[in-house]
Amino acid sequence: MTYLPKPKLHHPDLPKNELGLTRRDYEGTISTLCAGCGHDSISAAIIHACYNLSLPPHRIAKLSGIGCSSKTPTYFLGAAHGFNSVHGRMPSVLTGAHLANRDLIYLGVSGDGDSASIGLGQFAHALRRGVNMTYIVENNGVYGLTKGQFSATADRGALNKRGTANGDNAIDMVGLALQLGATFVARSFSGDKVQLVPLIEAALTHQGPAFIDCLSPCVTFNNHAGSTKSFDYVRAHNEAVNFLDIITGREPITHEQEPGTVKLVEQHDGTVLRLRKLDTDYDPTDRAAAIDYLAHRQQAGEIVTGLLYVDSDPTDLHGHLGTARAPLNRFDDAALIPGAAALSRINASLR
Amino acid sequence: MQPTDVSNPAFFHKVVDCQWACPAHTPVPHYIRLIASGRNADAYMVNWHSNVFPGILGRTCDRPCEPACRRGRVEEEPVAICRLKRVAADNKGDVAHLMPKPAPRNGRRVACVGAGPASLACARDLAAAGYGVTIFEGGQHLGGFIRSQIPRFRLPESVIDEEVGYITALGVETRTGHYVSSLKSLLAEGYDAIFVGTGAPRGRDLDIPGRAQAAANIHLGIDWLASVSFGHVKAIGRRVIVLGGGNTAMDCCRSARRLGGENVTVVVRSGFEEMKASPWEKEDAMGEDIPILNYLVPLAFLHDGGHLTGMRFQKVRAEHDAKGRRQLVPTGEPEVEIPCDDVLVAVGQENAFPWIERDIGLAFDRWGMPVLDPATMQSTIANVFFGGDAALGPKNIIWAVAHGHQAAISIDLLLSGGDVNDRPPPHVTLVSQKMGIHEWSYDNAVAIDLRYKVPQREKSLALADLGTEVELGFDLDLALKEAQRCLNCDIQTVFAPKLCIECDACVDICPVDCITFTANADEPVLRESLNAPSFNMAQDLQVLDGLKTGRVMVKDEDVCLHCGMCAERCPTGAWDMQRFLLDMAQVGTMPPRIKPHAEHVPA
Repeated sequence: MTYLPKPKLHHPDLPKNELGLTRRDYEGTISTLCAGCGHDSISAAIIHACYNLSLPPHRIAKLSGIGCSSKTPTYFLGAAHGFNSVHGRMPSVLTGAHLANRDLIYLGVSGDGDSASIGLGQFAHALRRGVNMTYIVENNGVYGLTKGQFSATADRGALNKRGTANGDNAIDMVGLALQLGATFVARSFSGDKVQLVPLIEAALTHQGPAFIDCLSPCVTFNNHAGSTKSFDYVRAHNEAVNFLDIITGREPITHEQEPGTVKLVEQHDGTVLRLRKLDTDYDPTDRAAAIDYLAHRQQAGEIVTGLLYVDSDPTDLHGHLGTARAPLNRFDDAALIPGAAALSRINASLR
Repeated sequence: MQPTDVSNPAFFHKVVDCQWACPAHTPVPHYIRLIASGRNADAYMVNWHSNVFPGILGRTCDRPCEPACRRGRVEEEPVAICRLKRVAADNKGDVAHLMPKPAPRNGRRVACVGAGPASLACARDLAAAGYGVTIFEGGQHLGGFIRSQIPRFRLPESVIDEEVGYITALGVETRTGHYVSSLKSLLAEGYDAIFVGTGAPRGRDLDIPGRAQAAANIHLGIDWLASVSFGHVKAIGRRVIVLGGGNTAMDCCRSARRLGGENVTVVVRSGFEEMKASPWEKEDAMGEDIPILNYLVPLAFLHDGGHLTGMRFQKVRAEHDAKGRRQLVPTGEPEVEIPCDDVLVAVGQENAFPWIERDIGLAFDRWGMPVLDPATMQSTIANVFFGGDAALGPKNIIWAVAHGHQAAISIDLLLSGGDVNDRPPPHVTLVSQKMGIHEWSYDNAVAIDLRYKVPQREKSLALADLGTEVELGFDLDLALKEAQRCLNCDIQTVFAPKLCIECDACVDICPVDCITFTANADEPVLRESLNAPSFNMAQDLQVLDGLKTGRVMVKDEDVCLHCGMCAERCPTGAWDMQRFLLDMAQVGTMPPRIKPHAEHVPA
């Protein structure tokens, strides 16, 4: 951390996006996390993604629970709406907010403790309900705020900082998300923004429950030899299945690569995801195959990253419930208080 | 790209843009921090060691440092380096005890011809090293053009007396009123070496119709300024035309305003923007109600039976021919006549060496300038050296000082049996500034204040008297604020690849996006792949390899704020902020000893 605010002066040739904002306009206050924390890189990736998409910061709602990861929304998008909720309860609060106002872009930021331990049930049900959101788990495998105990995503056999091995099995957040019905599932690494930024952009444009499991080394408690969530370990075992570019629907699609190496996935809003395949025939539109593939690669000790699954025509909670199109705060008095006649009609329909 | 060799002092020196641009390589950020911590005497001595005339230069320097200042690239204007130097000089108190003591004589004798800044600088260095130095000056005063041409309202005489006095106090013998009329006979007097610092003493004339007839009211600028300076001229006509666009012209027009010139006009041949005068000197002139008319070529002096009545000009415009050369082409509009009582001609200065015989082995080039080695200042006679305007044509005070230092080094090498081409390396120190986890021994917060203006005396008072200094200088409060604008570019970002875990913390925090981790490539490709646009090719990339992923760390030095955020966010100490202090090698005086870390006074 640092005592000083980040200097306001910026690069004189800093580009601006469609809204006339620079990347610096998407920052928050300076981080108070440990120097070198992977979470700060993820914050930076979120800033890049929102800048690249020219999202108006005030149309974004960022929600979090408790933990190192859940502190981070303070450090990006200073002009966005924010809600720092109870431990593990971010998914419920996000669900409620989304029901009240579906016009905002919802970004849930959580950690492995917040989502895989205390909030596992909340996590499961938000995905199961299909809330249209981007849910990022900043996954470092330890409880950083309480001095580095193993979390529920720590791999069995991984060593903690004092050399003790973890005896419990790990919860696989990606596997859960696939089973629970997330329509966009990705895994990435805080140390690889080239991969991470486009994934966040794609998740933000995806009109359904989008989940990103982002490995994020804890430099203080989980970046040693014997850790399976360290910079060195993740770099050594990272098996990227694809590399994502995002293209808006207006831009022409060009095939720069050889035929067969690029897969185009058109999303419901017209956004086209261009996936550059790496050394595999991986098909990210087949949920069952994805579950199967991931299980096998995990057995082989690989950390599979990239866009693992996407449903190009997702549905969401509002669709299931048939809610009104307008946010609740747009209803005028006449709509909110339909009067005795309307009540009588409803009562009559129930008799 | 080849990895950067940061052990070569030139790399970090170049990052300190101001010091790199200064001909005498004054360690600017170092003394600005001293001023900010109230240590004006120390700041003065740092300057005195490098540039000999801090009080004089703090008012009159051409400031090559300021256009180079990094602040000017990240914000609107550079730090007011020159005027901060004056703050140190104004507030230093008594520094006599900090000056070097006269050294025991080593038996060698050196003659300096002319008593301008080049000779004085050379004399100081040599005298402090034990050489017996004699300065010959045709006039009655020491200081050369500093004394004769710079008007008193820009530079009080007391400042000249003081700073020349520090040099004569070292035991330099001065022979004023002694014009050297023959180099041959001076050589015959048996000096071990001779330094020529005679300046560019001849003002260029303008030979157009009417010049001879109206001569009584047409004056050469530098001669007229000298006459004003020494009190021989006390008045000028009500309407004055000043010809020329250099700093001498600006001094002429502003002096004329104070000697009775109510209606003073500057006329230049080419465009306003192309004028040689420094922008601030043009501003000061215009601030004193002096219009500057451009694109007017003088055709004739108009006179009535020998009595000057005005001047006639042709209107021109600038055109570029096929080769891109600029030409002044008549516009065809009617000629312009401007009535006047006096004309000051300040259209350039020339060198003149009538006192150097052409048969003694000293070679001149076809422009009449001595043939010199620009690094050693040595002429074709091994023990004769040149410096200042006499060496490479008219430049400025700070270049003259730099020449004086280099010539002194050459003379010392020559007389001690060394090779004059074997230049001594600079003294360099590189010291970590880390005091604690987030504490540095320099103030790393970046102030966002815009440049402060130097307070000036009220115009009616300033114009009333030739000897009243116009600029009041920064007071200590303003000086502190202006000093805070300095980015501390000498506090270098030093990177140790073997400690780096490539966590991207430095990349994410850098406020100006100057750090990138990427695959190595040739420079043009590499510049394309950086996190921020990299258009300033004059600024180097720091490229270091040895990272685990095989990538390279590339730092574009162009707009780095030296805020130390990268080092504060680095979990492994791979980045460190280290103070780079470079003192050019000199003969005689040693760099002042400044206690390390004493600049920072915790609250």
